[in-house]
Amino acid sequence: MAQQPRRRFVDLHGRIERRALVFVFAILGVCSVGGLVEIAPLFAIENTVEPVRGMRPYTPLELAGRAIYLREGCYGCHSQQIRPFRDEVERYGAYSLAAESAFDHPFQWGSKRTGPDLARIGGRYSDEWHVRHLMNPREVVPASIMPPYAFLARAPLDPQVYARHVLTNRRLGVPYSDEQVANAAADMLTQANPDADGAGFLARYPGAAQRAFDASARPTEMTALVAYMQMLGTLAQFDWRQPDPAMLR
Amino acid sequence: MSATMMAANSPAAHATAVGYDDDVVRLFVIATLFWGVVGMAAGAFIAAQLIFPALNLDLPWTTFGRLRPLHTSGVVFAFGGNALIGTSLYVVQRTCRVRLPGRFAAEFMFWGYQLFIVMAALGYVMGVTAGREYAEPEWMTDLWLAVVWLTYGGIFIGTLMRRKEPHIYVANWFTLSMIVTVTVLHVVNNLALPVQWNGAKSYSLFSGVQDAMTQWWYGHNAVGFFLTAGFLGIMYYFLPKQAGAPIWSYRLSIISFWSLVFMYMWAGPHHLHFTSLPDWVQTLGMAFTIMLWMPSWASTLNGFMTVSGRWDLLRTDPILRFMITAVLFYGVATFEGPLMGIRTINGLSHYTDWTISHVHSGALGWNGFIVFGAMYYLVPKLWGRERMYSRAAIEWHFWLGLAGIMLYVTAMWGSGVLQGLMWRAYTELGFLRYSFLDSVVASQPYYVVRLLGGLLYLSGFLVMIWNIIRTVSEVPVARAVSPLPAAAE
Repeated sequence: MAQQPRRRFVDLHGRIERRALVFVFAILGVCSVGGLVEIAPLFAIENTVEPVRGMRPYTPLELAGRAIYLREGCYGCHSQQIRPFRDEVERYGAYSLAAESAFDHPFQWGSKRTGPDLARIGGRYSDEWHVRHLMNPREVVPASIMPPYAFLARAPLDPQVYARHVLTNRRLGVPYSDEQVANAAADMLTQANPDADGAGFLARYPGAAQRAFDASARPTEMTALVAYMQMLGTLAQFDWRQPDPAMLR
Repeated sequence: MSATMMAANSPAAHATAVGYDDDVVRLFVIATLFWGVVGMAAGAFIAAQLIFPALNLDLPWTTFGRLRPLHTSGVVFAFGGNALIGTSLYVVQRTCRVRLPGRFAAEFMFWGYQLFIVMAALGYVMGVTAGREYAEPEWMTDLWLAVVWLTYGGIFIGTLMRRKEPHIYVANWFTLSMIVTVTVLHVVNNLALPVQWNGAKSYSLFSGVQDAMTQWWYGHNAVGFFLTAGFLGIMYYFLPKQAGAPIWSYRLSIISFWSLVFMYMWAGPHHLHFTSLPDWVQTLGMAFTIMLWMPSWASTLNGFMTVSGRWDLLRTDPILRFMITAVLFYGVATFEGPLMGIRTINGLSHYTDWTISHVHSGALGWNGFIVFGAMYYLVPKLWGRERMYSRAAIEWHFWLGLAGIMLYVTAMWGSGVLQGLMWRAYTELGFLRYSFLDSVVASQPYYVVRLLGGLLYLSGFLVMIWNIIRTVSEVPVARAVSPLPAAAE
């Protein structure tokens, strides 16, 4: 008498469920399928991250600012991912492209907007606005519910510490050159000092902003965070009419 | 051997003859109560910060950004984790009719797990974070947790292998799936390169799209296997115990179990709809998300039908009422989840408080209430008391908790939908109608109601702790244990 498939499934389970180790490996096998199918191809399929002109690794100062952004848990309230909706594009700017977070270890797309999206916050406000807003958000936005971050302005930035972050990011695959790694600490000070000779720095990071991001004499954590935020979303070049031949490979 | 078997087969004899390891279970119960207060109080505090920003205190250690992981990890891993591990050790010994293996392994695991929680919590407050939601602990803490978790796995699987029952009981299937999958998820998702071997800071191995997918594969299944499979393990033992009836359907358990193990792992991409993640992954994730109705409702149905024919108990037994309300919230939250995973609906709900509402109907209603039910069942048994100290206090806890959930969930539904609609509202001339700040201001009344709901829920929890302390200190030692006090006290 042939068994019904339903019956066979129950019997199969009955056999598995009497052997603890077989059960462990059965669970391991069954639960691994989803991840393998969805994650593994993302590393292999080439057009998962399409190249975009203008993208470059973060400058050491921006990377330090990003480390502070991570440390303070900003992602709990701010996303960095603009969806392709009319209202989001009008409110925040062009929708986010995969290449724009390709150097982000870890990604900071976020999942909640208690505050606005920050993917293209760069250049929308002045440095001074950012500093004042971070010192006391309610000074410039009376109805804001954001925490104050005045302590950042009191914390000096140690270039040596964050220079190591550049090296770590290179080891993870971010394309920093030997020269960029070797000059990381110096570049951090140069970028925050408008009077410093920026030729070498700007050759290493074309188009990066070199200025005093806040009023401090030596770079603070505030300097780094403002430098990071002023860069966010400004790198990608949206010149759709003349596509880069490299993009059409 | 046969003598032991015979002794074990006599139900009256085995409870004393086997002599289960309950010291460690008691420790886990105490830790559950302690971390529950910490985690929920942190939640209430950060909820208050969203109404009164001055509560950020202008200090680095007390900003919303640093305290939010303290709340999420506090309730999920500290409160939930201790409840899961503790109850699972209680259940696995009784359903296998053997003690836990090893003399010190369980105690090591208990203190190791508390050390993990303290390391993670201190780290968050000091700004030591990996910067990925629900996986915030840094690499050293992650490595330590891996050691502790594998010890837990060893103890649990070791108990299963030495069992004196032919079958592995269904509650243990779910716990086992939690142990196995959380190991896989934890290890893969936390792959990172430390900046210095003697420093806390690390950077995740993956970046951008791949990192996002890995993180939400982890994040969704932390919900799927920690907050769902693990807690189903609690339900499948304590609900039939309290109801005095066997689980309704063995087959439905099997369907629920394997579909959960297989499908949950695919659903992560619904956290990344409309992002830079390739569309094919989003669509695949969405399809499996809808299929999740199958495991969820199979277990919901199994829970309800177990009580079928005894519904009058809900009037007289507040402990069973906790459990069945938990199953109800499980059914409701897992119905809402796949809806929110549909791309069109997600377009409105994502990034808003709707997500917060959804999470809390699951966390407060399902996870919280099933733990409370299990605690009321366990405490008299573990401390050898006749019953809980106060029946009225259990009733108070139930209604305070339920009122808290209703206020919380409906308030966040309101603000969530409000935010979603305000962000996409246009004027007649085609301009955006509201600034982002308008939506922040409009959400304030809802945040007040949410805080009130959270405080009600927390106060119910405190009533339970009071009741448990009085039970242990004042209720006479039992000869025959019945967890529920008589109606006329």
